[in-house]
Amino acid sequence: MSDQITFTIDGVEVKAKPGQTIMQAADEAGIYIPRLCYLPELTAHGSCRVCTVIVNGKPQTACTQPVAEGMIVENDTPELLEHRRNLVDMLFVEGNHLCMFCERSGNCELQAMAYRLGILAPKYPYFYPDKPLDSTHKDIFLELNRCILCGRCVNASADIDGKGVFGFVGRSIDKKIAVNSDKNLGDTNMAVTDKAASVCPVGSINKKGTAFKIPYGQRLYDQKPIGSDIENKK
Amino acid sequence: MAKPKIATASLAGCFGCHMSILDIDERILKLIELVDFDKSPINDFKEFTGRCAIGLIEGGCANEDNVHVLRDFRKHCDILISVGDCAINGDIPALRNNIPLKECLEEAYLNGPSVYNPEKTIPNDKELPLCLDRVYPCHEVVKIDYFLPGCPANAEIIWQALVALLTNKPLELPYEMIKYD
Repeated sequence: MSDQITFTIDGVEVKAKPGQTIMQAADEAGIYIPRLCYLPELTAHGSCRVCTVIVNGKPQTACTQPVAEGMIVENDTPELLEHRRNLVDMLFVEGNHLCMFCERSGNCELQAMAYRLGILAPKYPYFYPDKPLDSTHKDIFLELNRCILCGRCVNASADIDGKGVFGFVGRSIDKKIAVNSDKNLGDTNMAVTDKAASVCPVGSINKKGTAFKIPYGQRLYDQKPIGSDIENKK
Repeated sequence: MAKPKIATASLAGCFGCHMSILDIDERILKLIELVDFDKSPINDFKEFTGRCAIGLIEGGCANEDNVHVLRDFRKHCDILISVGDCAINGDIPALRNNIPLKECLEEAYLNGPSVYNPEKTIPNDKELPLCLDRVYPCHEVVKIDYFLPGCPANAEIIWQALVALLTNKPLELPYEMIKYD
């Protein structure tokens, strides 16, 4: 078996190692595939669907689909742009994403994705759901109004921290993040140094006392779109 | 040929986006060369004097008067633009959207910790516009043609959008200009 696989993304030839996913190969090749739940150090589970690409004519999540010799991947197409916009639109209307007073604004991956996709306003009606804020932990607060159910905190806490502080409860539209205690986050063994405290892509899991440290204009996504770091590898 | 007309209104907003309109600084002189202002807090015209090319709406709809004004704008303006996050998603006023209106009024006028209201009445004069059950984004009430996000929408994005529309050129917004905060 050859130790190198060749395939194409939007007609560009990409070399990859066997066992790599499309996402890993694309990242190494300097091609950005938009994503929200994927983080290289966590187990990919393809839940947000933003990284959906067309593989040999069929939709697949790039973060979970292994590369294969000669596969033809479409990533940057008008149809996929529309699909990604729809997903991000839905995430915005399903929660209470009020960027103007959010601590994560400017450093938020959901907001940055909406900027990158050129969304000026979501096209769906807003839900304005009633979601709780849990500030019982001395160093961390959990703001479920902004949660997009990416599952990063669940994976990080279970696989890296070995604690299992977070989990999903409920199904479908009632699905939410819950903490592993009788009451609140403050009653768990979570520590501010845990990986789970620093993987949240939005303003849902926040470290207290760190908000608004970086001035407007100098934040992570103020000047350069999300994914620029990967595209600059090219 | 008469200059096209612009109208503006602040609904359930803080007038911050109107401050942003003024924030185009000396370019407001250039704007006056391009347009006349119709109904707007900027010139204090209370009623429309005729058809307008562009209507700028700040704020969402929190009461029946907001809805009335918004529909009036839709009737009189060829192009209606939601300016700022309140018009687009309700924003701060919409924080009440998952609390029943009755509870909000009781907290504000009866039960709040700093309330002094010996008569124990909630204002109900018929001159007061009725609060809606929740705050509605403008595009959930009337058709909105364009959206300029931001809190406030910054002066540059408002200027670029107006110039593009008035000179019939495509609007190209650079990445750094689109902000939701």
